[in-house]
Amino acid sequence: MDIISNLALGFSVALSPFTLGLAVIGCFLGTIIGALPGLGPSNGVAILIPITFTMGLDATSALVLMTAVYYGAMYGGRISSILLNIPGDEPALMTTLDGYPMAKQGRAGDALVLSGVASFVGALFATIGLILLAPFLARLAYQFGPAEYFALYLLAFCTLGGMASNNQAKAAMASCLGLAIAMIGVDDNSGLPRLTGGNLHLYDGIDFLVAIVGLFAVAEVFFFLEGHGRGSSIGVKLEKVRIPWADIVATKWTMLRASGVGFVAGVLPGAGASLGSFLAYMSEKSIAGEKGGFGTGVAKGVAAPEAGNNSAAGGALVPMLTLGVPGSGTTAVLLALLMTLNITPGPTLFTDRPEVVWGLIASLLIANVVLLLMNVPMVKIFVKILMVQPWILLPGVTMISFVGIYSLSGSYFDLLLMIGFGVLGYVLRKLDIPTVPVILGILLGGEMEGAIRNAMVLGNGDWTYLFSSPIAVGLWIAAIAGFVAPMFLRNILARPQAVED
Amino acid sequence: MTSRLLKALVASAVMSVGGVTAASANECIAPANPGGGWDFTCRQIGAIMFEIGAVDGPIQVTNMAGAGGGLAYSHVVTERGDDAELIVAASSATTTRLAQNAYAGMTADQVRFVGAIGADPGVIVVGADSPYNSLNELIDAIIADPGSVAFAGGSAVGGFDHLKPLMILQRAGFTDITSVRYIGVDGGADAITQTVGGFTQAMTGDMSEVVGFVQAGEVRVLAVLTEERVPGFEDIPTAVEQGYDVVAVNWRGLYVPADVSDATFNTWADRLQAVADSDQWAEAMAANGLAPFTLVGADFQGYVDGLVAEINTLSKEIGVIE
Repeated sequence: MDIISNLALGFSVALSPFTLGLAVIGCFLGTIIGALPGLGPSNGVAILIPITFTMGLDATSALVLMTAVYYGAMYGGRISSILLNIPGDEPALMTTLDGYPMAKQGRAGDALVLSGVASFVGALFATIGLILLAPFLARLAYQFGPAEYFALYLLAFCTLGGMASNNQAKAAMASCLGLAIAMIGVDDNSGLPRLTGGNLHLYDGIDFLVAIVGLFAVAEVFFFLEGHGRGSSIGVKLEKVRIPWADIVATKWTMLRASGVGFVAGVLPGAGASLGSFLAYMSEKSIAGEKGGFGTGVAKGVAAPEAGNNSAAGGALVPMLTLGVPGSGTTAVLLALLMTLNITPGPTLFTDRPEVVWGLIASLLIANVVLLLMNVPMVKIFVKILMVQPWILLPGVTMISFVGIYSLSGSYFDLLLMIGFGVLGYVLRKLDIPTVPVILGILLGGEMEGAIRNAMVLGNGDWTYLFSSPIAVGLWIAAIAGFVAPMFLRNILARPQAVED
Repeated sequence: MTSRLLKALVASAVMSVGGVTAASANECIAPANPGGGWDFTCRQIGAIMFEIGAVDGPIQVTNMAGAGGGLAYSHVVTERGDDAELIVAASSATTTRLAQNAYAGMTADQVRFVGAIGADPGVIVVGADSPYNSLNELIDAIIADPGSVAFAGGSAVGGFDHLKPLMILQRAGFTDITSVRYIGVDGGADAITQTVGGFTQAMTGDMSEVVGFVQAGEVRVLAVLTEERVPGFEDIPTAVEQGYDVVAVNWRGLYVPADVSDATFNTWADRLQAVADSDQWAEAMAANGLAPFTLVGADFQGYVDGLVAEINTLSKEIGVIE
């Protein structure tokens, strides 16, 4: 009953024609921001914060607008992943794997609608989880120390091998390349810069967005130039847009499972949305097995990462609100917004400022519904983008990417770096080496290294510290049993069946 | 050719960004991503300056993350040396890094420090169920067995959070500084999470980072690193009164480029003083756990120079730099 009266309080704060209008505007802006490569949810929200001040919005209205933008960007990231094979932001990376092949088969509309519905399911799942479990889940963060995070990242890392089904050696090589790139920057455990060549721009390491835009968007331009416009993979067949009910029904369990995985990843401050969508995709892939056809444009491969990353985005709000620990770049920005509104998140927020918390939750629910209603009809407009000639579309997208990346740090060094990554992406594609594991290597490498080195400090150099808690041991078992063992045991496991015959 | 093309692209990028956010003369660079202390400094001080009429238009905040503020520092020194309409957020972290030569050879005299108008007192915190009831007990335990206590903090090894317990141990006569265990995690709240979770035995950070957890009864503050007890937190003893003469506050302030005129420098100093005197700033400080700490104008440069020299000496003593 408490929950219902709290929700009623939330809606009474967040539901008025004015705030609804803001939610609609926020959702629209967020979708566009998410869809533009180089403009991710965090810099999108950051850019819009000053506008809330100039508009003189009160705390609730500002929160409604910003959460709408946040969720909108999480929805929007999938659009360019599916249509252009360029992830709109890092959590949408996994959506390219099946979304783009699906679009190439002429099912761009289906992929967009399906991923929109999956986003809705994921976000709704997370919001409900936030309502029911937030105070309890806050304790979960206390259970994860460096050893547990290392095991979690290891679990993710073990799944990398199964990523590219055509050539595992090349996928492994690509992820090692990513790990090597992740080593660049100041080493937190000694405070000394590594592999920076004394260049201050490299002290913080390489931003994922720079790598993503370079490897995908800029590399695409190089291919386009080389083939005089013919070699480009942009430009897909079009078909009448309808709602793919069959796919939606067929993927309902995938969406729910992926939402669960994504939510847990989001709740853990050291994991976040990208890991959420990655683990959701990989666990669905291993459930489906070889016959699932993941990577060739199947519905489950589109639904899983989108449900996963939207659920993780909602889950990330749990540690942000209850502990003041931002689980992702975007929640860090939302945290900043709350602080500038003189609201300090932390263990007392739920009891001290219920109107803020429940107003936020109500606005999440509102934004989610608005986004679903907005996104399905908008698919027709998005698909029209594909009718634009590639020689206009590609430079346009690249141009926007440049602006987005420049807005990250305000320095042209990142632009040069991005072009460098473009060249790298071009070379890798020529060698038929997948680029997604490179990004995942960058994403996992830094965190994984920090976790193991902190674990070694805490364990006084004793490696058994890595197995010192049930959670860590459980994750190690999952990593070994789920992903490493099958690679070696596949033949042995297959044999007994033959004997039984 | 390539560089010209790049410049053109950059220029058009700047123009389109400028077109989105209303053109505004004054700019505040926050040398970090949105969400941190520097971002807070820029946004709060900028908003209050506009509200109280110290500036004509809103101050545009630019986030320039990189190298722990080094990127913004180098940008200001090399490219904006005489920009009269530019202010940059600074804090103890800025002086710590300058003192440790972590800004690729740049020094504190390459900009002009305008002032500080608030400080976040340093704290040493343990979990609510920790066996240590005072700073003395904690320090004695470390002296007896350095392996028994690990600290978590929001800065990298050698950063300001790491230096705080080392300074206390140094005053306690403990010399084997490198045996003190410390892990740098992603911010103060994360450091608390690790401490409440029992992975580390103590947390070193700022008052603002721990206030919510203290109120919720999750942690206890063993000592605050100020001269006097902090208003509003009178029951928390200082390190000084427990016998360790250590004062470490994370001040929040601004610097401007080195080659601006004295008149410009004084204008910014006056504006900052006006913010310090405003009710809005008092409210913002209270809401964010900042203690009053106002030092504006010429005096502040002297304070910064002293601080840089002190941290440089200390860092050498404890082996963070050579």
